[in-house]
Amino acid sequence: MEEQGSCIERKLLRAKRGPGGPAQSQMQVPSGYGLHHQNYIAASGHYSQGPGKMAASPLDGQCSDYYSGLYTPPAQKVAASSTASHEGAQQVYSGGPPAPPLLGAPPGLVPGASSTASLMHTSASQPYPSFVNYYSSPAVYTANSSAASQGFPATCHYSVSTVSNAVHPSVCYSSPPPGDPYTRVFTSQNALVAGSGREGSFPGQNAALSHPSALGPLPSQQHQQQQQQTLSGFNTLSWSVPGLPPAQDNLLRNHAGSVASASNSPAGPVAVSPAGPGMQNVPPPRPVSTVLPGAPSARGPPAGKYPQESAALGTQPSELTLQKGMQYGDYVNNQASSAPTPLSSTSDDEEEEEDEEAGVDSSSTTSSASPVPNSYDALEGGSYADMHSSSASSPAPDPAPDPDPVPAPTAPQSVRMAKPFGHGYPTLQPGYQNAAAPLTSGVQPSGPVAFQQYPQQYPGVNQLSSSLGGLSLQSSPQPESLRPVNLTQEKDVLPTTPVWAPVPNLNMDLKKLNCSPDSFRCTLTNIPQTQALLNKAKLPLGLLLHPFRDLTQLPVITSNTIVRCRSCRTYINPFVSFIDQRRWKCNLCYRVNDVPEEFMYNPLTRSYGEPHKRPEVQNSTVEFIASSDYMLRPPQPAVYLFVLDVSHNAVEAGYLTVLCQSLLENLDKLPGDSRTRIGFMTFDSTIHFYSLQEGLSQPQMLIVSDIDDVFLPTPDGLLVNLYESKELIKVLLNALPNMFTNTRETHSALGPALQAAFKLMSPTGGRVSVFQTQLPSLGAGLLQSREDPNQRSSTKVVQHLGPATDFYKKLALDCSGQQTAVDLFLLSSQYSDLASLACMSKYSAGCIYYYPSFHCTHNPSQAEKLQKDLKRYLTRKIGFEAVMRIRCTKGLSMHTFHGNFFVRSTDLLSLANINPDAGFAVQLSIEENLTDTSLVCFQTALLYTSSKGERRIRVHTLCLPVVSSLADVYAGVDVQAAVCLLANMAVDRSVSSSLSDARDALVNAVVDSLSAYGSTVSNFQHSGLIAPASLKLFPLYVLALLKQKAFRTGTSTRLDDRVYAMCQIKSQPLVHLMKMIHPNLYRIDRLTDEGAVHVNDRVVPQPPLLKLSAEKLTREGAFLMDCGSVFYIWIGNGCDSHFIEDVLGYPNFASVPQKMTHLPELDTLSSERTRSFLTWLRDSRPLSPVLHLVKDESPAKTEFFQHLVEDRTEAAFSYYEFLVHVQQQICK
Amino acid sequence: MAFTFAAFCYMLALVLCAALIFFAIWHIIAFDELRTDFKSPIDQGNPVHALVLPEYSIHSLFCVMFLCAQQWLTLGLNMPLLFYHFWRYFHCPADSSELAYDPPAVMNADTLSYCQKEAWCKLAFYLLSFFYYLYCMIYTLVSS
Repeated sequence: MEEQGSCIERKLLRAKRGPGGPAQSQMQVPSGYGLHHQNYIAASGHYSQGPGKMAASPLDGQCSDYYSGLYTPPAQKVAASSTASHEGAQQVYSGGPPAPPLLGAPPGLVPGASSTASLMHTSASQPYPSFVNYYSSPAVYTANSSAASQGFPATCHYSVSTVSNAVHPSVCYSSPPPGDPYTRVFTSQNALVAGSGREGSFPGQNAALSHPSALGPLPSQQHQQQQQQTLSGFNTLSWSVPGLPPAQDNLLRNHAGSVASASNSPAGPVAVSPAGPGMQNVPPPRPVSTVLPGAPSARGPPAGKYPQESAALGTQPSELTLQKGMQYGDYVNNQASSAPTPLSSTSDDEEEEEDEEAGVDSSSTTSSASPVPNSYDALEGGSYADMHSSSASSPAPDPAPDPDPVPAPTAPQSVRMAKPFGHGYPTLQPGYQNAAAPLTSGVQPSGPVAFQQYPQQYPGVNQLSSSLGGLSLQSSPQPESLRPVNLTQEKDVLPTTPVWAPVPNLNMDLKKLNCSPDSFRCTLTNIPQTQALLNKAKLPLGLLLHPFRDLTQLPVITSNTIVRCRSCRTYINPFVSFIDQRRWKCNLCYRVNDVPEEFMYNPLTRSYGEPHKRPEVQNSTVEFIASSDYMLRPPQPAVYLFVLDVSHNAVEAGYLTVLCQSLLENLDKLPGDSRTRIGFMTFDSTIHFYSLQEGLSQPQMLIVSDIDDVFLPTPDGLLVNLYESKELIKVLLNALPNMFTNTRETHSALGPALQAAFKLMSPTGGRVSVFQTQLPSLGAGLLQSREDPNQRSSTKVVQHLGPATDFYKKLALDCSGQQTAVDLFLLSSQYSDLASLACMSKYSAGCIYYYPSFHCTHNPSQAEKLQKDLKRYLTRKIGFEAVMRIRCTKGLSMHTFHGNFFVRSTDLLSLANINPDAGFAVQLSIEENLTDTSLVCFQTALLYTSSKGERRIRVHTLCLPVVSSLADVYAGVDVQAAVCLLANMAVDRSVSSSLSDARDALVNAVVDSLSAYGSTVSNFQHSGLIAPASLKLFPLYVLALLKQKAFRTGTSTRLDDRVYAMCQIKSQPLVHLMKMIHPNLYRIDRLTDEGAVHVNDRVVPQPPLLKLSAEKLTREGAFLMDCGSVFYIWIGNGCDSHFIEDVLGYPNFASVPQKMTHLPELDTLSSERTRSFLTWLRDSRPLSPVLHLVKDESPAKTEFFQHLVEDRTEAAFSYYEFLVHVQQQICK
Repeated sequence: MAFTFAAFCYMLALVLCAALIFFAIWHIIAFDELRTDFKSPIDQGNPVHALVLPEYSIHSLFCVMFLCAQQWLTLGLNMPLLFYHFWRYFHCPADSSELAYDPPAVMNADTLSYCQKEAWCKLAFYLLSFFYYLYCMIYTLVSS
């Protein structure tokens, strides 16, 4: 001990720091180490209990002897909490009860709500308390069920309010308190209407869960039965009448419970009628509260429809419309009951069998058989025996010729299997068509996406089409998305409303059960049957995932056995088929599994023998609370380490002030529990540690100047419990910005600092946030400037897109192995070789933020952006030690992954941290023909440790039809997903090959797909460029991509900017990426209330989308461009003086300042409208964008104009030229 | 019957070729383990990496020896693989310490199947060349 102590002393060159710092001059007493020694042993022993490599290994080298006393206390706590974790899980529910009052009180929250509506809220909120008590107080359910099964008239009022309640949460996108999103999920209703977004599309899940009688998944043939059991049957149909935009599909399904009773009321139509863009066709029952109901310009920008809905629901439907609605609902019901929905036919059978077979199941629980796993993939993947078969290529037993001992139910089953999954457009049965027609019309608000049109059913459909950019609706048998569009002649290819994801052409039940497109999208919603067909279509096949998206409502399931397929380990999901009461057939590998005993009991209905009504089978997005089988070690606490650059450059830029301020503000909001730990390190040419141990009077600064052999100066006190040492932390944060003001150190030893951070974090894992302001210039990982400024606008080769050194990659892999993610904040004014630095985040599942030319006073907009980003960053949800496995139906295989992670196995991604803003992409190939199946499914399972120390599994399941004709493949293209996947592939290509290759590949993607379409599907012999309606935006998006910073050539682009754009393409979820690729442009100087929506007491105008071309700009106007992370407002120099006065608050154009980042709060109507529109756009996304005001003559306008992608630039085509170019290539 | 330099070359090549066959089998096993999830690429990559450089150097060694021994046909047969090795060596990421098999990339199904194919092809090639060297060795010993 003595020896080691002295060793430290020797190395600590300047253990004391003078008055500059908060450090007092006491040195850490070396002999103190002796005290920790025992603890250390205990600690390491504890950790080593965890099987496998993930167990924290004792530190190596000299540190190992005495440092780890640091970890003892948390280790014990870990143990304690892990044992208690199950109870904790239960508490999640019972802890919720504050919810009902909140729900009961929405009149204030729902501004437009009528008195009746608000009265009904109490009853409407019943489902929530019942959810809250989910398992513990079933009495509530019975009450509800009886209510729900009452006659139509009785329930129709309820339904109105119920729906409004249910819909509201969906609107509430803006975060629930990040700390415990689950327990407080309802309280987030406060924020709800303000927030909005397609993200909110799982609104009613909880309600659905809580509602006992809601779980009937299928419309049954008998009316009576519908009422009593399968209320969702109503739901299905009544909702389908008004038609729903795709994102809402899930919403409705999940609403089943609370909404079921709504089926006969106007609620259905009401909720939906104003919902989608292009919904003008909705029939009479329409008490919409939009200012001009049914105004043709009603539209739903990113999140438009929800606010609209809520607005609509807020108003009191008139008596007349009520009645109409009821009739309407009735009508639909009848339709429903007569509609041949195959699944319903067997529900009777199943009921009858229940008694006979009750209690004889030899339930095999998933967890029971597994030996102690030795790695995370083993955990996630299950027991050893199954691992082999979990790889995509392995032969799984195919029980297609079903050796079924119970023949009676099997026969109908097999029919059932085949029938509902049909997708032949023309062959729908007439009854089905009747019921389906309105749905499909509603489902394709944006035109290019839907397959079926049944114009004869509802006259209103024609209105819909007319609003869709001139799509005329001939009564052709062709699905709408296949309608040929002559791109060269069609002037306005961009619809005036946002583009929604296409809805897979499944039968309605499956459609409603399917995963939200916000979480899970496939580039082809109709999967081609063979690889040959896919090759013919020349379209990329892949998935885009946003697995950890902020969800306002999510069914959380606590159960002893998580039911999974024994062969491929798939989680049970809505798309499995129940062969009989006792067995289910996996939809991925087709193995027949037993239904465990526990699963037979439905806690919602308290009924036995209805496994198909369990929440797992009713929701395609669920979260399981995992048992200890899913842990390799006790769940880790939340650990945050901040590594800060304090060299001269950094101090000059002044980011420390912003950071410390943000941290101080959000210290209490950091996600975590009582074990949360936090630490700080700073570095210039030396590394400074801060001891914040409880009991110290002031933080101690410990300096290590030996950067070649980094070590931790003290075993504990560097990562401290947030709550025990809060005062010290605050003192440090207050002092930090001024500690280094006079520093002359210009060097930056980033590499050694990261090594030290790794050593500090490796026992627990967690999150390291690195702030860097320049090229690392000392020690390991030092970098040279590689950028040649003269080459910035080169059209030829762009070099140095790859890393210069492997140091950061290796470090990231090490970190990943120790469950540590490194997030990089790069705030530099000069070239900092982001290509190399980014590796530290790329492979450790971190995230990257880049603030070019950051300066806290000279560049206030960047400072503001940093501040806003930090707020989100610090408070958003976080998952630790995560792995994500993606499974797909046998025959498909995944081959390339995109995003920030480390690929551990062919289908397993290792994610040290997961955050709600991370997106992933996967490329797929078809290895075996899918001829014997009509459906394919994809399942992602994300296993993570929540910040509360719970192990959870979030499962998303997506189901898509298989098609055999090329036309159907084209009909199902999701053009946005395809473009995002192509962008990801292009990034890979530009790094591995060259930028020009990537650009060529992008252009070729358009050329190939359009020429393949022209030569095979389209029988038009036009001279123009023909594309199916589903692909009409494809050339535009690809052109936008080519003009993106990442891929553009000929325009001066700094290498770091380019690399950052590439990083973003790889790691952003689709919603954000699309904004980045193709921003939205609005004219805002003439906002009217036409088609406006009501959100939170405010009227939000809905201006139409404009195409990104200067031809749409006028000198007299003011325009808003929404680029996702930044807003530009461009003001023409002839701008209406009223606008300048009323909105900007200046007398004339000349007096408007060049740099303006806020709109003043003026008490005028136009100011109010503009601000409410901006706020509404802002609320729809997690990152609050920064506003830039761009005057027509200001130099900043190039920033704005570079986003006008349809225009010609010196180096790039205009949209029309691009089309001509593509056409020439096709003709070649 | 003479013990020429060429004969010596073939003898040495024979022995070394046996080693290369062993390396190739090692690779095949390693990638198979990767594919079946038994190992993580970080742990597992290392033995593979350890064998890449020896393999390349052994192969280039006897190419040089055949050049010296003026065995043009044998040299010609080995040329493609030699060039391939050079290409791999100079095309690997950044520091070239991770030679050829990049842990983050190796698990992509494309890369993995490519690596597996490569290992099988090499195994076949080394096996064939083993017998070829055996034949040539005897031939040179017997003739002349």
